[in-house]
Amino acid sequence: MSRFSVVNMLLFLGVIVLVAVPLIFVSGEFAGSDDQGQAQIEKSHPHYKPWFSSIYEPPSGEVSSGLFAIQAAIGGGALGYYFGVARTRRRIAGGGPAGDSGSRNG
Amino acid sequence: MHIAEGYLPPLHAAAWTVAAAPFVVHGCRALVRQVRADPESKLLLGAAGAFTFVLSALKLPSVTGSCSHPTGTGLGAILFKPPIMSVLGCIVLFFQAVILAHGGLTTLGANTFSMAIVGPWIGYGVYALLRKLGSGQEVAVFFAAALADLSTYCVTSVQLALAFPDTDSGVLGAALKFGSIFAVTQIPLAISEGLLTVLVMRLLIKTSPGELSRLGVVGDPVRGTRAPAAGLGR
Repeated sequence: MSRFSVVNMLLFLGVIVLVAVPLIFVSGEFAGSDDQGQAQIEKSHPHYKPWFSSIYEPPSGEVSSGLFAIQAAIGGGALGYYFGVARTRRRIAGGGPAGDSGSRNG
Repeated sequence: MHIAEGYLPPLHAAAWTVAAAPFVVHGCRALVRQVRADPESKLLLGAAGAFTFVLSALKLPSVTGSCSHPTGTGLGAILFKPPIMSVLGCIVLFFQAVILAHGGLTTLGANTFSMAIVGPWIGYGVYALLRKLGSGQEVAVFFAAALADLSTYCVTSVQLALAFPDTDSGVLGAALKFGSIFAVTQIPLAISEGLLTVLVMRLLIKTSPGELSRLGVVGDPVRGTRAPAAGLGR
């Protein structure tokens, strides 16, 4: 494996470790910080009433997580498409194979 | 960092919207100029938007036992400068507010201000400064992305503290409280975002040196001179 790929792999591994460590060593509910912020407002200002509510609210956690998955899929797909195009362009232009791990991030 | 719909008093919501609007309008102009001047960069523009799209949908666990998400704005700020990133970020936030009930329309101004304005500007500032001080590109990209992420959450904490000051300790006390929820959780995530952004930047430099050189990202960052393709292998 080239040095380029090894460094990329290590960068990716670093992210995995950063995500895994809290899951393994920290006990918590892993609730969203946005929700915790909201709870903090409700605690310190119990009389505050939100004056506007979302136009559309996903009916359940399942639907909501599905929509988030779609969001990530669209973004990931677009990124992968970009790297595919960029790599092919380089190849056609005679720049040689553009990276052995060209679109791993997609 | 998404302040939920209706969770800023009307006056605050309006003020942040007014504060954010000029940046986004200016960004739209910059975006149109960019696309006209260099139509080829449209694809990369999409990729920068996509990066924010993915990262802001990615809720990751943190050492505080809660979850949060990165912002992905550092990359676009380095590639296309902060004004253009403001537009991309605003679009992502709008999508999340309307379809996912994540964030909100009344808080769109405040959320845009933290994620799509302050984050990108801090990220770009850090990047430019580090490059000027002679740091390597990857180190500069790492700190730019990580601090763009972290600063976004600091701004959110201040925004909430201004709207909901603590009865005993005032705005400062509330800022510390919100900061302990948002900013501390965000530290490991900011590091993750830094690493991911370096990874994507490495792939970009390898696969699209031409685009990056036209944008002045590779080559001499201070004078923006265009590097010859041969000088790209670090």
